[in-house]
Amino acid sequence: MANILQTSFLPSTSSLRRTPISGSKGKSQVLQVKAKIREIFMPALSSTMTEGKIVSWMKSEGDKLSKGESVVVVESDKADMDVESFHEGFLAAIMVEEGGVAPIGSAIALLAETEDEIAEAKAKSQSSSSSSSSSSHKSVEEQPKQIEEAASSVAASPTVLASKTVALGSDVHPASEGGKRIVASPYAKKLAKELKVDLGTVVGTGPMGRIVAKDVEAAAAAGTVAASPAKPAPVAPGIELGTVVPFTTMQGAVSRNMVESLSVPTFRVGYTITTNALDALYKKIKSKGVTMTALLAKATALALAQHPVVNSCCRDGNSFTYNSSINIAVAVAIDGGLITPVLQDADKVDIYTLSRKWKELVDKARAKQLQPHEYNTGTFTLSNLGMFGVDRFDAILPPGTGAIMAVGASQPSVVASKDCRIGMKNQMQVNVTADHRVIYGADLAAFLQTLAKIVEDPKDLTF
Amino acid sequence: MHSICSQATTLPRSNFAFDSRSPAVPISKPVNLRFCGLRKEAFGFSGLTHSCSSRVRCSSRGHSKKISASAENNGTPPKSFDYDLIIIGAGVGGHGAALHAVEKGLRTAIIEGDVVGGTCVNRGCVPSKALLAVSGKMRELQSEHHMKALGLQVSAAGYDRQGVADHANNLASKIRSNLTNSMKALGVDILTGVGTIVGPQKVKYGKVGFPDNIVTAKDIIIATGSVPFVPKGIEVDGKTVITSDHALKLESVPDWIAIVGSGYIGLEFSDVYTALGSEVTFIEALDQLMPGFDPEIGKLAQRVLINPRKIDYHTGVFATKITPAKDGKPVTIELIDAKTKEPKDTLEVDAALIATGRAPFTNGLGLENINVVTQRGFVPVDERMRVIDANGNLVPHVYCIGDANGKMMLAHAASAQGISVVEQVTGRDHVLNHLSIPAACFTHPEISMVGLTEPQAREKAEKEGFEVSVAKTSFKANTKALAENEGEGLAKLIYRPDNGEILGVHIFGLHAADLIHEASNAIALGTRIQEIKFAVHAHPTLSEVLDELFKSAKVKSAASSHGLVSEPVAV
Repeated sequence: MANILQTSFLPSTSSLRRTPISGSKGKSQVLQVKAKIREIFMPALSSTMTEGKIVSWMKSEGDKLSKGESVVVVESDKADMDVESFHEGFLAAIMVEEGGVAPIGSAIALLAETEDEIAEAKAKSQSSSSSSSSSSHKSVEEQPKQIEEAASSVAASPTVLASKTVALGSDVHPASEGGKRIVASPYAKKLAKELKVDLGTVVGTGPMGRIVAKDVEAAAAAGTVAASPAKPAPVAPGIELGTVVPFTTMQGAVSRNMVESLSVPTFRVGYTITTNALDALYKKIKSKGVTMTALLAKATALALAQHPVVNSCCRDGNSFTYNSSINIAVAVAIDGGLITPVLQDADKVDIYTLSRKWKELVDKARAKQLQPHEYNTGTFTLSNLGMFGVDRFDAILPPGTGAIMAVGASQPSVVASKDCRIGMKNQMQVNVTADHRVIYGADLAAFLQTLAKIVEDPKDLTF
Repeated sequence: MHSICSQATTLPRSNFAFDSRSPAVPISKPVNLRFCGLRKEAFGFSGLTHSCSSRVRCSSRGHSKKISASAENNGTPPKSFDYDLIIIGAGVGGHGAALHAVEKGLRTAIIEGDVVGGTCVNRGCVPSKALLAVSGKMRELQSEHHMKALGLQVSAAGYDRQGVADHANNLASKIRSNLTNSMKALGVDILTGVGTIVGPQKVKYGKVGFPDNIVTAKDIIIATGSVPFVPKGIEVDGKTVITSDHALKLESVPDWIAIVGSGYIGLEFSDVYTALGSEVTFIEALDQLMPGFDPEIGKLAQRVLINPRKIDYHTGVFATKITPAKDGKPVTIELIDAKTKEPKDTLEVDAALIATGRAPFTNGLGLENINVVTQRGFVPVDERMRVIDANGNLVPHVYCIGDANGKMMLAHAASAQGISVVEQVTGRDHVLNHLSIPAACFTHPEISMVGLTEPQAREKAEKEGFEVSVAKTSFKANTKALAENEGEGLAKLIYRPDNGEILGVHIFGLHAADLIHEASNAIALGTRIQEIKFAVHAHPTLSEVLDELFKSAKVKSAASSHGLVSEPVAV
């Protein structure tokens, strides 16, 4: 068992996934945007220029632009130039962030003609980025049931990261007189904006209780462990072999949680589920924005509804809690680590809403903007390595939850049926790790049976 | 020897007919002596409120009027004078005038109630350059990225506040003694005490508690300069709420300092303070930071000098009340909206620097004795620096130069005005072209400018019906700048494409303050773009930024070159 555990995925997943994610971000996509939403292109500022770097956006999303007004500063091979808007409107979505590089002629932002269209444009810029990443995956792996979200991969270590560190970031008192006013030094404010730290939650330690830069940095570091890596661990290109590298804060948090998980007596139960019906359903409603992750989460949630004990948890060793809602956490590898965005009330929310919610969460996770309640409230965790062709694995139970399910790839298999025939079916293996103090073998078996039934006859998934 | 030679030769020669040309004075006349180079420096202090464009303030120009005025004047002017020229105020303006006067053979005295050197040397440009030199080096040493790019390794840079303060102080005293010695060596009498005009061509001076001395002179130049302007409601204690006078002593480096005013003074101090580790909050009454600069240069400067540094700002607000820190309470600054006058915010900082410009120092000058009324403290003058009295008439033999007249509050402008006045009193008419006077702000990198800003040029063009073009070059394309790893910068030329006249040049980049003079000289001498573009610049130098700038200008062929270039001379 221990061996299997150690073959786990953290490093490999993140490195595997890193390329497509960052790739899709840096390059801008060809967008098909209708009528009133215009693209702002990377201009050619000199004859020798092939790509430009965004030095700074002078406007932010939602700002009104008049014709001829400077929107963005672009650095070419020769100079920094202000790029002006050719049209009037609202800066709806910024597609290449500051510091990003885009080739000449590619879209770097969207301009909406009216305020009402901002949301639409925003959605478009988002869909364009996620669809592009999905396509890149499919071409690589011809798995029919690959999960589209760029990030929805796997992991065994989980919800984890959050609890203690989050408290640091959120349970604090605003540093101001009576909380009415935030007193922060200029650099602290700048840093807070950069690191996306809410100054209202930072305790000031400077003169007269003022928030100074180090307070923001401390809050950001705490937030990093909790939320996601603010800065990706400096990995990749030149890994020096033979060197000893200290943990990043995120790696440290994962490490602590992994060790802590050893105090929980876990066991595993596996099951093979036929997915032809699910695949067919997915094909049918994919165009409506439904994702495989959402389908799996939904199926799991419906099964959990019938087996509340699998959705329970034991915290003190003396009692256990039947959780009141079914919140499916899905492990996602992001640049430099992993995080578990949570689909709340997955049993009650319809599949379309759930899919939209998932997309939003993934976007937020990538932007490192997940709020604590969006990643640490899971009651059951889903981990999927299927898109890499992994057919089976097991996962480590995140402390504070009752069970985690590892999902392998759905593969065409030769199957002997009861009527003595041999046929071809798509099958996937799932493997649930559970806390044996509260969940027993029979509970898991019954749960898996229910799940298999739902997946094999998925009409309930769409209501 | 005139460093600035006006092209306005078509102006009528002054008829100082009654001028009793001063007979040759038995004073040694060292022609080639030039002691202190102050005059040539560009100083980065100016009032926020003064644009450099207007120079027409003359009301009555008729000389007949002037003569009658002098005839009517009560009291009889002395027949023989102690001096040909008395200058009240030994700042850079007075010093420049004195040196030129001696050169022209005038018996000259200079009256100073404080220390020789005035604001510039003691409380302004000079000590601030010492601090800025330190800040520039700190910036370089602290910029890990920059050092790495050059292949340099430096362990953490630090500074000793007292050492930095001493450097500034030493520089000021050194320049001050240079200045004093240069005047003494030339035979300028330095009279100590506060100078007051008591009547026509009569000045008294004396220290407090001593009997006054009265001296007479044929001509008098007022050059009393300015002091920091402190708006109402602001209590300056010299420790936590300070002006540039205090800041230059660098008695402390506060963690967080608010700078009220984002003109030259504020900007330079923000450069110093942030390099030494302070965080800065700008408070600017106008809607934009750096209101005096060409908008494009201002924008770029903000991107380089403000945004990446530990600086934030409030624009469109007045600081109505600033209370110094006491009893453990921080400095508090109350802000109101500049337009609606509604309270907007209260800041609590460690210190506040008031950099809202400078006010003329003209109290106690005895202006009432010659019937002159100041305007907001400034002495009214015409374009020849001749003082205008309450009735709009010229006051004979009295001139005012420098900050005290408020035309252009720059040290070198004062000096140029002084030289212009000496030219006039020695019989050569001279009108200074203020549009050819460069200005510089010594941030890192520096900002410099001469002539009109783009909006000013366009406004003028609209009125006078000509076309305006703009050419720009970047420091990024300059070899020397790239070698220094300082490619950030822009030079901008505003010109008339029809005749190639240079209307303005603005530079933001490495050593911009030194680069501007090619442009300011061209404007002063009336050199056109089609001529100057053939001038050769050494390669590789920063001056090639301007070379490229002139070459990229597109002058219409009708205005094709003439003069110098059309007649090549073989040598």
